Amino acid sequence: MASNLNLKLKIWRQPSTNAKGTFQDVEATDIPETASFLEMLDIVNQRIIDSGGDPVAFDHDCREGICGTCSMVINGIPHGPRRGTTACQLHMRLFKNGDTIWIEPFRAKAFPVIKDLAVDRSAFDRIMVAGGFISVRTGSAQDANSLPISKEDADSAMDAAECIGCGACVATCKNASAMLFVSAKAGQLNSLPQGQPEKHRRVLGMVKAMDESGFGNCTNQYECEAACPKGISVRWIAKLNRDYALATVHESLLAPANGKGGGAA
Amino acid sequence: MPLEAHIPSGPLSQKWSKHKQDSKLINPANKRKYTVIVVGSGLAGSSAAATLSELGYNVKCFCFQDSPRRAHSIAAQGGINAAKNYQHDGDSTYRLFYDTIKGGDFRAREANVYRLAEVSANIIDQCVAQGVPLAREYGGLLANRSFGGAQVSRTFYARGQTGQQLLLGAYSALNKEIARGGVKMFPRTEMLDLVLVDGQAKGIIVRDLVTGKISSHAGDTVLLCTGGYGNVFYLSTNAKGCNTTAIWRAHRKGALFANPCYTQIHPTCIPVSGDYQSKLTLMSESLRNDGRVWVPKKKEDCGKPPAQIPEDARDYYLERKYPSYGNLAPRDISSRSAKEACDEGRGVGPGGLGVYLDFADAILRYGHDQAADKNLSEAELRKLGKAVVAEKYGNLFDMYECITGENGYEQPMRIYPAVHYTMGGLWVDYNLMSNVPGLHVLGEANFSDHGANRLGASALMQGLADGYFVIPTTIANYLATQKPGSIKADHPAFKQAEAEVNARTKRFIDIKGKRTVDSYHRELGLLMWNECGMARSRDGLQKAIDRLPALREDFWNNVRVPGSGADFNQELEKAGRVADFLEFGELMCRDALQREESCGGHFRVEHQYTKEDEAAKRGQAGEALRDDTNFSYVAAWEFTGDVSNPKLHKEPLAYEEVHLAVRSYV
Repeated sequence: MASNLNLKLKIWRQPSTNAKGTFQDVEATDIPETASFLEMLDIVNQRIIDSGGDPVAFDHDCREGICGTCSMVINGIPHGPRRGTTACQLHMRLFKNGDTIWIEPFRAKAFPVIKDLAVDRSAFDRIMVAGGFISVRTGSAQDANSLPISKEDADSAMDAAECIGCGACVATCKNASAMLFVSAKAGQLNSLPQGQPEKHRRVLGMVKAMDESGFGNCTNQYECEAACPKGISVRWIAKLNRDYALATVHESLLAPANGKGGGAA
Repeated sequence: MPLEAHIPSGPLSQKWSKHKQDSKLINPANKRKYTVIVVGSGLAGSSAAATLSELGYNVKCFCFQDSPRRAHSIAAQGGINAAKNYQHDGDSTYRLFYDTIKGGDFRAREANVYRLAEVSANIIDQCVAQGVPLAREYGGLLANRSFGGAQVSRTFYARGQTGQQLLLGAYSALNKEIARGGVKMFPRTEMLDLVLVDGQAKGIIVRDLVTGKISSHAGDTVLLCTGGYGNVFYLSTNAKGCNTTAIWRAHRKGALFANPCYTQIHPTCIPVSGDYQSKLTLMSESLRNDGRVWVPKKKEDCGKPPAQIPEDARDYYLERKYPSYGNLAPRDISSRSAKEACDEGRGVGPGGLGVYLDFADAILRYGHDQAADKNLSEAELRKLGKAVVAEKYGNLFDMYECITGENGYEQPMRIYPAVHYTMGGLWVDYNLMSNVPGLHVLGEANFSDHGANRLGASALMQGLADGYFVIPTTIANYLATQKPGSIKADHPAFKQAEAEVNARTKRFIDIKGKRTVDSYHRELGLLMWNECGMARSRDGLQKAIDRLPALREDFWNNVRVPGSGADFNQELEKAGRVADFLEFGELMCRDALQREESCGGHFRVEHQYTKEDEAAKRGQAGEALRDDTNFSYVAAWEFTGDVSNPKLHKEPLAYEEVHLAVRSYV
């Protein structure tokens, strides 16, 4: 039969982006072990409100591990100790009665804290705007089966596409590098035939936006793969490095831009 | 108030072509002068915003999430229907149309549904061109699976994450247009009111959820793509943030709310485990392709481990009651059957609120397929078969294990129905425009395509059909009548609406009562689930209607919202949404009360086939009994200023093509 847990929480409290933050001790008593980690925080928050305090701010939405909104470091590991699991899918049965649990926001220069555990990850959107798409106008597509794609290629693209954009890869990296995210996003499109025409532009644009957002460099530590709740492989980083080298060469071989496009005047 | 649906004349299959021909055009030089406000960035919102920007309109898109990619469409698992007939199994536009109309229990508008089926094939083409990695066969062509309520395989999918992949496709299209400058995106920004000028929708009031700043945005038309209202039940498969505020605020400004009682209860969800529970988790209906649903025949067996219950003591009730569809019976029917089994005391797991979904047979069957002629032991066959099942549904088994701590390969999963989707929504005409000129409503937020019950894999289809293919044509019919940019955000109507929003925020903060927002939401949810859930009765609905005004009053006197309105305040966000749910819930009950029939997701215990009906071959005992003579209409409710006194308008449903029939899946 399920039992209840008494836990000591050390929760990062920071009123706003530029305010100083600190760990707050919170006793979380009588927590059902069948509850999810976020439900544990819900229970804690209800008690804080009942006692006249300010509840802990944290981002969450779908609570089924797919939207990528939840973003907290639990005992030093983004999304907590269970591999391949977002914080919202983590369940309290993984903890023991009497445990102390440290809860912090994802920390990175490119992810400023908004409040407590909630951070601003709009840098990821800026990277996507810089090339994470295939330029196809609605209505201009050919019949879907007129372009056969091998099952292996489609499955491989899907492996990359499973990225939920949560940012755990950045949070766990000592350099706060976004390479796993960027490589998965670029890699999905670059490995499909539809993505070939814009491949070089895409890679150059996304890497530039990544650098401008203040993410660090990748030094092949691979914590990102271990922290990724969707198990995105670091081989995508290797592919991005190759694609980036090719794109750079390609760019250098192009005739100097004269600023004039083709087409009718 | 006349409800004019503006259905084009002519044969059903020609209506959309004709309408496209007859629709107005706006020349490219003028399009950029029009500002389109899109609220919501799910499948409908993102696809509409991207496509309208491609056409040259100036688009502003708003979402409360921190990124448009996180809208709840992302959580859809199973797939998207399209009448491609790639399987050569007899599918066609007409068949998809008919299945959808029938699935909706003949309570949807014929012309809209036909159009949906018609554009479904284009959606697949578009998504593949965007790089959406839909599942493929070894020959490189697209794969399909079958889904509830259909006898053909027309569902396209991307593992168990189809919604995620389609949304990321639409998000990529949105990014392309943000990069080009056609769309300006406002994440972490929530719409709190609709602004009308001379009776026309001309903008919105929003709150910046980080800074708390209230501001006005004016446009030439407003598109609400804000999803459904399932969270009125507190526990649902919706994301925590899903809410009815945008459409409810629009309703209060005059938009008619249609068929709010039509709620879909999804049969394959993980059962509730305790009173702290914050949401319910769905597992794709695609599981029913291979999983067999059963409960013990005898109550006494319910406590036993499933492996100890022999085959002949199990009741595979869907296969028994619906032999031709079996475990793929439509959602409403499957859910109600589970409830009946549990009501009879034959439910399994904690509290007896669960039924088994068993993969043992499928694992063995696939094992035999893989082994071909080789003579293998049962354990080896299971190993081979398990790999096939894992390939198809691995992520769902992982999720189940994560939440319950149980292994679905080794023992049957336990499932129970949960609120999942809402078919009702704001009333729209064929152009997707509400009765308020300039206010368009797309996707789950409108009422138009699913009737009283939505078939699996049709929500993604509708969201993208509305956004990519319908609104880009129909929006010009309204905009062409408007002088672009005629209303600015400094118009007095905006100032007044801003003042009202600010006053409401202040009121929440100033109550300083004793109860949390969540406690009210839970109480509302439980009331709605008990009285307006899977089975509804006159007495129960009346009880809820009597209780709700008092609950609202208590909320407004006794809720505690900590903090202030001038910063990041998640309790304040929730308070606004729950306040609207507390009003909306009553409309839902009133709609359920007036609809004296059972159809699709609306089941009234007073209206079901009896044993005598079954003997006379009119229908199966216990099934929904429709009343086409008196209730073949859309119930569209007008806000009168008094939440407890809404006014009903009826749009008769005229069927030109389809013959109304008893919805049988036997």
